[in-house]
Amino acid sequence: MDVRSQVSMVFHLDKCIGCHTCSIACKNIWTDRKGADYMWWNNVETKPGTGYPTQWEDQEKYQGGWKMDTSDPKKVKLKLKLQKKWGALGNIFANPNLPTMDDYYEPWTYDYDHLFNAPEGDDQPTARAVSMVTGKPMEVEAGPNWDDDLGGSPIYAANDPNLENITDDEKEQLNEINRMVFFYLPRICNHCLNPACVGACPAGAIYKRGEDGVVLISQDKCRAWRMCISGCPYKKTYFNWESGKSEKCILCYPRLESGQPPACFHSCVGRIRYMGLLLYDADRIEEVASAADADLVETQRSLILDPNDPEVIAGARANGISDTMIESAQNSPVYKFVIKWNLALPLHSEFRTVPMLFYVPPMLPVLAKINENGKYDAASDFPEGLGPLLSSLERARTPVNYLASLFSAGNVDIIEKVYKKLIAVRVLKRSQRAGDVPQSEVDKALSIAGMTEDEAEAIFRLTSLPTYEERFVIPPMAREVAVEQSRDPYTQKAAGGFGRTKPPERRF
Amino acid sequence: MGWIQDLVDPKARRWEELYRNRWQHDNITRSTHGVNCTGGCSWAIYTKDGIVTWEMQQVDYPALKCGLPPYEPRGCQRGISASWYVYSPIRVKYPYVRGPLMDFWREAKKQYSSPVEAWASIVEDETKRTRYQTARGKGGFRRSNWDEVLEIVSASCLYTAKKWGPDRVFGFAPIPAMSYLSYAAGSRFLQLFGGVNMSFYDWYADLPNAFPEIWGDQTDVCESADWYNSKFIVSMGANLNMTRTPDVHFISEARTAGAKFVVISPDYSQVAKFSDEWIPVTAGQDTALWMAVNHVILKEFHADRQVPYFIDYVSRYTDSPFVVELEEIKGGYAAGRMLRANRLGRYQDVENGDWKFLVQDAASGELRSPKGAVGDRWSEEVGKWNLKMEDGLDDSPITPVLSYLDEHDEVVQVSYNDFESKNTRLRGVPIRYVETADGRVPTATVYDLTMAQFGVSRGLEGDYPADYDEDNGYTPAWQEKLTGIGRDTVIRLAREFAGNAESTNGKSMIIVGASINHWYNNNLSYRAPITALILTGCPGQNGGGMNHYVGQEKLTLVAPWSTLAFATDWTKPPRRQQSPTWHYINSDQWRYEGDFTEYASVPQETKWAKGHAADLTAKSVRMGWMPSYPQFNRNSIELAEQASAAGGDAAQWTADQLDSGDLEFAVDDPDAPENWPRTWIIWRGNAIQSSAKGHEFFLRHYLGTHDNAIAEEHAKDSVKEIKFRKDAPRGKMDLVVDINFRMDSTALYSDVVLPTAFWYEKNDLNTTDLHSFVHPLSAAIPPVWESRTDWDIFKALAKKVSEIAPEVFPEPVQDIVATPLAHDTPDELGQTDVADWREGEAEAVPGKTMPHFQVAERDYANLYNKFITLGPNVPGDGYNGNGVYVPAEQSYTELMEAPSGGPPDSRHTRTTSWGGNKYPSLEDALDAANVILHSAPETNGEVAYQSFKHEEERTGLELADLAEGVRATRMSFFDIKQQVRRTLISPCWTGLVNDGNPYTAWAININRLVPWRTLTGRQHMYVDHPWYIDWGEQMPTYKPRLDHSKTGDIVKTPVDGESLVLNYITPHGKWNIHSTYKDNLRMLTLSRGMDPIWISVEDADKIGLVDNDWVEVMNDNGVVVTRANISARVQPGMALYYHAVERTIYIPKSQQRGGRRAGGHNSLTRTRINPVLLAGGYAQFTYGFNYWGPIGIFTRDTYVVVRKLEKLEW
Repeated sequence: MDVRSQVSMVFHLDKCIGCHTCSIACKNIWTDRKGADYMWWNNVETKPGTGYPTQWEDQEKYQGGWKMDTSDPKKVKLKLKLQKKWGALGNIFANPNLPTMDDYYEPWTYDYDHLFNAPEGDDQPTARAVSMVTGKPMEVEAGPNWDDDLGGSPIYAANDPNLENITDDEKEQLNEINRMVFFYLPRICNHCLNPACVGACPAGAIYKRGEDGVVLISQDKCRAWRMCISGCPYKKTYFNWESGKSEKCILCYPRLESGQPPACFHSCVGRIRYMGLLLYDADRIEEVASAADADLVETQRSLILDPNDPEVIAGARANGISDTMIESAQNSPVYKFVIKWNLALPLHSEFRTVPMLFYVPPMLPVLAKINENGKYDAASDFPEGLGPLLSSLERARTPVNYLASLFSAGNVDIIEKVYKKLIAVRVLKRSQRAGDVPQSEVDKALSIAGMTEDEAEAIFRLTSLPTYEERFVIPPMAREVAVEQSRDPYTQKAAGGFGRTKPPERRF
Repeated sequence: MGWIQDLVDPKARRWEELYRNRWQHDNITRSTHGVNCTGGCSWAIYTKDGIVTWEMQQVDYPALKCGLPPYEPRGCQRGISASWYVYSPIRVKYPYVRGPLMDFWREAKKQYSSPVEAWASIVEDETKRTRYQTARGKGGFRRSNWDEVLEIVSASCLYTAKKWGPDRVFGFAPIPAMSYLSYAAGSRFLQLFGGVNMSFYDWYADLPNAFPEIWGDQTDVCESADWYNSKFIVSMGANLNMTRTPDVHFISEARTAGAKFVVISPDYSQVAKFSDEWIPVTAGQDTALWMAVNHVILKEFHADRQVPYFIDYVSRYTDSPFVVELEEIKGGYAAGRMLRANRLGRYQDVENGDWKFLVQDAASGELRSPKGAVGDRWSEEVGKWNLKMEDGLDDSPITPVLSYLDEHDEVVQVSYNDFESKNTRLRGVPIRYVETADGRVPTATVYDLTMAQFGVSRGLEGDYPADYDEDNGYTPAWQEKLTGIGRDTVIRLAREFAGNAESTNGKSMIIVGASINHWYNNNLSYRAPITALILTGCPGQNGGGMNHYVGQEKLTLVAPWSTLAFATDWTKPPRRQQSPTWHYINSDQWRYEGDFTEYASVPQETKWAKGHAADLTAKSVRMGWMPSYPQFNRNSIELAEQASAAGGDAAQWTADQLDSGDLEFAVDDPDAPENWPRTWIIWRGNAIQSSAKGHEFFLRHYLGTHDNAIAEEHAKDSVKEIKFRKDAPRGKMDLVVDINFRMDSTALYSDVVLPTAFWYEKNDLNTTDLHSFVHPLSAAIPPVWESRTDWDIFKALAKKVSEIAPEVFPEPVQDIVATPLAHDTPDELGQTDVADWREGEAEAVPGKTMPHFQVAERDYANLYNKFITLGPNVPGDGYNGNGVYVPAEQSYTELMEAPSGGPPDSRHTRTTSWGGNKYPSLEDALDAANVILHSAPETNGEVAYQSFKHEEERTGLELADLAEGVRATRMSFFDIKQQVRRTLISPCWTGLVNDGNPYTAWAININRLVPWRTLTGRQHMYVDHPWYIDWGEQMPTYKPRLDHSKTGDIVKTPVDGESLVLNYITPHGKWNIHSTYKDNLRMLTLSRGMDPIWISVEDADKIGLVDNDWVEVMNDNGVVVTRANISARVQPGMALYYHAVERTIYIPKSQQRGGRRAGGHNSLTRTRINPVLLAGGYAQFTYGFNYWGPIGIFTRDTYVVVRKLEKLEW
C-alpha cells in the first residue's frame, strides 16, 4: 500500500444552475491573455449536447484516454488510445487527432471604437465582430458555449456522443417539448490519478504534484508537442498559440496554498461544489484503470482509503503525510459523498484516467404524457403513495441509460442506487418538516435506498445547510516545507514576489 | 506510475512561481453592482498596481438563524464580468457632444455672452434644430470638456424653465435601490429645479398592480432565505436561474429538505430543470389555470370540508366577511359597492362613516363595523386603526359571519361576466336584507360572492358547473382548452398546494416574475394565484405568500432617502410623473391605435370602459388620479405670478381657470409645441432603447431622427377629448443628455454624453428584496479618465445652474405644482364615486375632485447651496416611509453636532454653512450615505424604536417592544464597508426579522394586527371602486389574451408562405441584466456573440430555418435582424427573444425596411395602457410614485413576422 493524498472535488449537479460564474472567475484570473483567450479551463455544458470542444467525448474522433490493449490476449495491457497505430515518438510531428479551431472556436471581439469614432453618416453605426486571430471582421459561427440551454436541438443535443447507448424512444423523447430534458455539467481538469496527458507528453513536462495531486504542465519544459491535448480525453489541456506552450487548469494552486479553494469553487453560486482531501493507494492505480467497464466505479471507490483506518494512517505517515493532512482527510466532504454515501460518481470512468472529480447526478422533473384529450398531464397516473409529491426514479425525465453513460461507464444499477438515496432523503425531511408523510412511507423509502435515517440526515445537512467552511475543507499546505527545498523560507519572506530579476548587461 | 512528483526536484518546480505571481493583489475593496438585478451581492474588488484586475464574491455575510442555509456566495456570471467594463473599449472616458450641435454651440457662444441666449439662438432656429436632431444616432460624436457640457445642459434647463416652464425638464433614472445616491443626486437636482422625475417600476412593467389592489402596497415580498422555509413552491413567469441567480440555491436546498417545487412556464427553461414537476402552460394563460385551482380549493377545502386554519385566516385578515350591496339589474342582481357603515343608524354619525364597513356579527346577529378601515386611518380620533375584530364604536368583540349559506333571507341570482365565452352567467347567492337610511337593500358577503364567482355551487341554484368535468367557468375542464394542461394535473396541483398549506399552516409559496406581469390583463394574472394563497392562509407566514421579484425596487432605507432624493427638506411638493401614461401620450403612440375596446375585453354595458385610452388618461389627470407633466398649456412660473396678481387662494384660482377653460391641461393637447417635453436627462438607465416600449416611435417623435416603424395612425376618429393635430410633431426634445459609463444605445442617440463613474469607482448604498442586508458600493479606484460620480456630476450641474441663473431668474420665483390625490395621505378619502367636474358631475375642488395645486419656491441662485445641505423642513416634518411617520428631531439634532468642513469621512457626517445658517452636509456622497444611515429606522435602532412608538399611537397596538432589543444599534458607511449589515426591524416594513428570522411580507400585519393600507384595512379579494366594477373586475376573473389580428401590430407587414407569425416573448436573459452586459465581451463570448431568437423545431421546419440562420423579425412597429436558435424547448407558436438587446452591437441592416440598421427588442413593441389601472382618488387606489397606475406595456401580447434574411449587410 502506497498511501497518497489528493485534493478532490464533488459537483452536486442537482444544485447546478448553469450560470457559468465559475467559468468567468477562472477566465478573469488565468486565461484573459493573448493566446489563452479561447481557453476555458472551467466550462459548463448543457447535456444532452456536444460541449466544448465540440463532441469532446467522442474518442473515436479524438483518440483520447486509455484503452485495454487486447492485441495479445495473454498480455492485456493498459495503453494510450493515441498509440493505436503509431508509437508515441513516431507520431509527434503530425498529430491527426488534435482538435482544430473549428472544434473550439475562433475567438472574437467587437469594433467598439467605431461607436465613438464613426463619422456622421446617414445610418446608425454598430460594432461588428472582429477576429482576435486575424484582426478582421468575421461572422460568429461557433463559441465556447455554443449549445448552452439548447436541449432538444436537432443539431446539438442529437449529436451528443452519450446518446449511443439509449433507445430510439428515449432519443425521440429528447426532441419533444413535453418530454425533453437538459441539465448542466461543469467541467475542469479532473486531476486524474492515471492522467493521459502525462502519459502522452514526450517532453516529460507534465507532472502530478505529490502534496496535493494537482496535475501541472511545466511552462519551462513544455516543447509544444501538443500530445497532451490529444491524450486528454476531457480536452482540458490547451495550446497557447502566443507562448507556444500548453496550459491547463492548475486548480488555483496559489489559492490552495494560501488556504482558499480554487476561484471556480469559491464563486459557485449554486453552492454545488465541495472540496476535500482523499487518501488513496497509489499501488493500485493501474489495476483500477484496467477494470472491466461495469466495475470501473466500484474499483475506483476501492482505491480510496478510509482515513480513519489505523493502517491507512500509519501508511500515510510513512509517506510523509502530516497529521494535519490526515485530519483534513477525515473531515473531507468529498470522502462522504464519494465513499461513505456512494452518491458522487466519476465522469466517464471508461476513459480509464481515474478522474478525481465526482458528480452527484441531478434529479429532474417527472416525465409527463399527452393524455387522451390531447392535453399535457404531469404524471397524473402516479401510483398511490409518495409518487405525486416528490420526484420519482421510475418517472425521471432523464433516461437512466444516459446518466449511466456519463457517470458509471454504463452501469445502470449504480445510478439507480444514487437516486433511491436522494429520494429517500427528501421523503424523510418532508415527513419531519411538513408532517404529511407517514412514517411507513419514510421507512419504505429508506429501506429501498438501503440507508439509515442518520445517513439520510447527514446527506441532507451537507447538501442543504453547509457553510463555506464545511464545503471546502482545504488541506493545510505546509508551504514552508515546500519552499525550503529551494530557498530558506526566512529569505523567501523578505524576497518573495520579486520574481526573476535580470542582472545588468555590464557588471563592476 | 511515475508522474506523482514528490518534492525531489525543486528546481523543476521553480516555474510554478509564474502562476503565483499572477495571483497577487495590492488591495481588496468591498463594492457591488448598481444594475437593477435584485442581486445586491457583496463583492471583493481586487486591485493590483492601482488597476482593477478582477472581482470575487465576499463570503462574510452575517448568518441568519440556525437551520437556514447561508446566503453566500452571492454573485453571478454577469456580476463577475463587471470588471471587464472598467478599462474596456466601450467605456465612456470623456464628455462627448454630437458634431452639429457642438458647432452650433461654439458658434453661438461667440455671438452671445449669455449661455441661455446662445442656447435660444439654436433651438429657436428651426433649421439648426432639425439639423442636429436628424443627426441623432448617426455617428459624429466629438470629444468635449466638462465646462462646455455643463454649460450646455444648464443653459438648456434654464431656457426651458424660462420659456416653457420648469416642468418641461425631465429626468429618468430607474431603481434607486441599486445605487441610492446616484439616483438621489439627479432627482434632488431636478426637484430643486422644479423639473420632473419619471417613474420606472410601472414603466418597466415590474409593478404588480394586484399588490396595490389587494394589499395597498407597491410590492412586499420575502427575502430569498425564506424560500427555504416553504414546503411547496410554485414558480411562474420567473426563470429563477436566470434572474435570481445568487438566490436559487435556496430552492434546491429546500427541495432536499422536502419541499416540492413546481414550475409553470411555457418553455422548458433553466428553472424547469430544477423542478419536480413542470407545467408547460400555454403562454399567457396562467390566469385560467389558477382560476381552476381556486375552484378546486374553494370546493374541497372551504365548501365540502372547512379547514379551520383557512376559515379563521380569511375571517380575520381578508375582506371575505364584509358585506356588499347587490344592485338589481335586468334579470337578476349584480355585485356592487361595499355597504358603508353610516348607512346604518348605529353608525350614522361616526367620523368618516363613508369609509368604514360592515360585517355580520354572529353573537349579536347584527351588522357591526370592525376597526381598521381607511376611515380609522385618517380619523381625528386615533388608536382604532388596527385589525382587532372589535366594534370601533364601543370596542365590543365581533365574531364575523363568513357566509350567509346557513342563515339567509333569500337566494338571488347574481350576474357574472364570463369573458371567455362573452356571456354572463346567473348564479345563486345567499343574501340578507339590510335596513338602511335609504331603504332595504340586498347584501351578500364577499365570501359568498367569491364562491359563486368561482362556480362552487354549495347546492345553490343557478348556472353552476355540476362537477370538475363540466366546461363552465372556472372548472378544471374549462381551463384545458386555454392552457393545454390536463384537468387531472390542475386538480392535483390544487390539492397539493392547499394540502401543504393545511399541514404547515400556510407554507405554500408562489414565486413570480415579470413574464406574467407583461400581459395586458396583468392584474388579473396575479389576482388569481394570490386568491389561492389567501384562501389557504399563506400571505404573512414564513415560507408562504406571493413573492414577486422583478426589479430591485426595495428601498429598505426609504424614509430618509425619499426626503433627500426629492428635496422635500427644502421644497414641496415634488413633481413625479407616471411614465407609462406619459410615454403613451408624449411619444404619440396613442395616435397609432383606435378604441381600446377593439382588442380588450370589457362587459357589454359600460359607463366608462369604452372609447380611446388617451381620452381616459386625460380624464384621470383632471380628476386627480394620475399626474401629468407638463401640467398646463402655460408656464407654471408665469401662472404663479398671475395667481399672485389675482390675489386669493392660488389653488382655487387655478381650479377656476381650468373650470372656465382659460387654462388647459397639457395632456388635452399633447402635440401643441407649448406642451412638449423639452429637456431630457437620462442616467443609470437605457431610456431610449432597452426600456422604450415603442422605441421606434421614440426615435420619430422625441428625437426626430430616422426610424423603422411603418404603422399607420388610427386615433383621429376615435379620440373625443384629446386634441388630434393633423401632423404629429417629430423631434419634441430640444436636448437629450445621457450620463453613462458605456456607449449604449441611449448614449448613441443622445446629444450629450457625460462619462460617469463605474460601480467600483464610487461610494453608494444598495439594498434589495432578495436579502435583508445593506450593501455599500465603494471606490476601489477613483473614477477613471474624466469620469465623475453621479453625485459629483449633478452637484457640478447645480453649481453651474446657480452661476448662470441670475441672468434669467435674478430673484426666487413661485411655481404652481399640480399633484394627484396621493396614497398614504388623507387624500385616500377623496372620492366615494367617479364624478367628473368637467362633466358637471362634481364641483372643481382642488385636492378633492381634481389635482392639488400648490405653490413652491424656486431659488435658482441658491440651488447649489440647497443641493449640498439637508434642509430645515426635516426636524418638523420628520421622514415618511410607506405611509409611516419616522421622527427626525433627534437624528437631525445629532447630525447638526457634526464637525464643519474637513475631508469627507466614511465614519461620520459633517455640517456646512451658507446664508448664515448651518446644516447637515450633503457635499460628498459619503456625507449623504451617512445621513441616510443615521436617520433610517432600519439602520438606527433608536429611530426604529421611536417610529414604532409613534405607530402605537396611531394603531392603539403595542409595537415598540419589537425594537426594544435593537435600540443601541447604529450603522455607518465605514461599518458596512467592513461587513455588510443586516437591516433592523422597522414599522416602514412588515417583516419580523428579529433574531435572524427571514423577512417575509405581512408578518407584522398577521402577528401584530397592523392593518394593510387598504379600504377595509384587510387583504382585498373584492375591489369596489366603481371604475373596476365598470370593467367587470371587482372580483378575480379571467379575461382572454388579446387577439393579434385586432391589436394592429401586423397590418402593413407582409405575411406569406416564407414567413412565420409568432407570439413575441421577451423574458430576462442569461447573459445580461437588462441591456447591461449585452455589450460585455465575456457575456457575448459565452452566448452566441449576440442575442438569437429562439424558435421551435416545428416552426423552423415550416420555412426551412436552420440553427444560426439570420432572420428578420418584424411588425408594423419596426424590425430586428438576428440569428435563429432552433430548439424543442420552446413551444410552437412562440418566438423567444431575451430582452434587452443593444442595437450598438453586431446588428446588420434590414432588407425588409430599406437597408437601414435594424433595431433592438423594443423596435417591435409599443406602449399601450390598460385604462382600468387609471382608477384613482379612492383608498388604495390613490396615486403613488411607482406605486400605482397602468404599467408600461403589454409586450407579451405582441406578434411578429419572422423570415429568413435575404442578404447580410453591415
